[in-house]
Amino acid sequence: MLELYLLLAVMLAAAVVASETRNLLAAAVALGLVGFSVAIMFILVQAPDLAIVQIVVETLTVVFFTAVILRTTEIDTTVTSGLKMETAMFVAAFLAFGGLFLSLIIGVLQELPKFGEPLMRVAQDYIQLGLERTGAANIVSAIILDFRGYDTLGEATVLFTAVVGVLTVLRLAERRKPGEF
Amino acid sequence: MRGMSLIVQVITRLMVGMLLLYGGYIVLHGHLTPGGGFAGGVLIAAALILVSLAFGSVEQVERREYILSSILESSGGILFIALALAGYVAADYFFRNAGLYYIGKPLQMVSGGIIPLANIAIALKVGAGLFAIFLALGASRFVMKE
Amino acid sequence: MIPYIACVLLFLIGLYVVISKRNLIKIVIGFSLIEYAVNLFFALVGFKKGALPPIVTQPEQVRMGVARHFVDPLPQALVLTAIVIGLSTTALMLSLAMRLYEKYKTFDISEIRKLKG
Repeated sequence: MLELYLLLAVMLAAAVVASETRNLLAAAVALGLVGFSVAIMFILVQAPDLAIVQIVVETLTVVFFTAVILRTTEIDTTVTSGLKMETAMFVAAFLAFGGLFLSLIIGVLQELPKFGEPLMRVAQDYIQLGLERTGAANIVSAIILDFRGYDTLGEATVLFTAVVGVLTVLRLAERRKPGEF
Repeated sequence: MRGMSLIVQVITRLMVGMLLLYGGYIVLHGHLTPGGGFAGGVLIAAALILVSLAFGSVEQVERREYILSSILESSGGILFIALALAGYVAADYFFRNAGLYYIGKPLQMVSGGIIPLANIAIALKVGAGLFAIFLALGASRFVMKE
Repeated sequence: MIPYIACVLLFLIGLYVVISKRNLIKIVIGFSLIEYAVNLFFALVGFKKGALPPIVTQPEQVRMGVARHFVDPLPQALVLTAIVIGLSTTALMLSLAMRLYEKYKTFDISEIRKLKG
């Protein structure tokens, strides 16, 4: 599991770089690094479906960010050098909140089964009955398209709504004459 | 949108066929190997975005591409709902799979009942939708003028 | 336990970026970091040490009831749609950010709050 810990460290370092840098294109590239290390971690936990989807989705995310940044501006004008008093106080307050959050959530995470030994009560039935009920050898496909098909229908609806939303927001507003609605 | 240099155009012309073929392979074998409709659909959208970036396009071509991709996306959605309703009409309940379609021998390509058809519908929807989003975000002028 | 804590740390970094940064693109990056953290947490819950990916290659063994060790496929099925939904949400937020830039010529939210009309 050494590779998993190294990849987690790379992911956290890239996340810090993505949030603090002044150049927005560098932030988009650092976000791509976070996404690709998540994809390699998906391979290490034996989930090849998720790894394929995460790699292509991460590529498209970086392309979308770059398209928007190159059409507008690529310098972040709010990052100033030097440490102001209000940002230091905000960071201290957030660190206190983060410490409280972590201490509470460690108590919750100890109730989960140990990392590497999941309880698979429902999944045992899916694995036993998956091939003969649906005829598909890929159990994840059998789950998302047969056993839990409603979730895929909901996802198709969300994707359709997002496409309609983007195409509506970026429409060129026509000039209205005064007095016309 | 301006195109890119000659080297990029030559390599794109060589690679696009293979990218679309690989995306179709991932979609059609979604019930046998890892992948499925989502991965293949996004990969097909990425191949179309590569063509659009490398060769550039003028406004009339972008408008035609936008209309075509919106028709394809809606037809993918209608196909998915039609497959689900066909299970409702012909058999017991919504999305019913077994007993209606050809289950077949496992590990063959024509097997799995409704699952390959649903994969194709999902790939159409996701691929065309993401390409329409890219045209709206990155095109030279805004796509719709009314 | 340590991978779970790293996911929670990534979630906290994303939350800090959403709350305290003043640039719109940085806020969208923060939302993206939150989504990656949640998806990774789900996928890590279903891991089984020394097991195989959930693809059946020998149907006789599964049918007889001698199921080999497989990784839990249920969290993977849930995360698969969540990744694509995350991409569409990011695209919608980016389109809103671009429209705001077209109108106010800046990404700074304190400037946008001041300028009216």
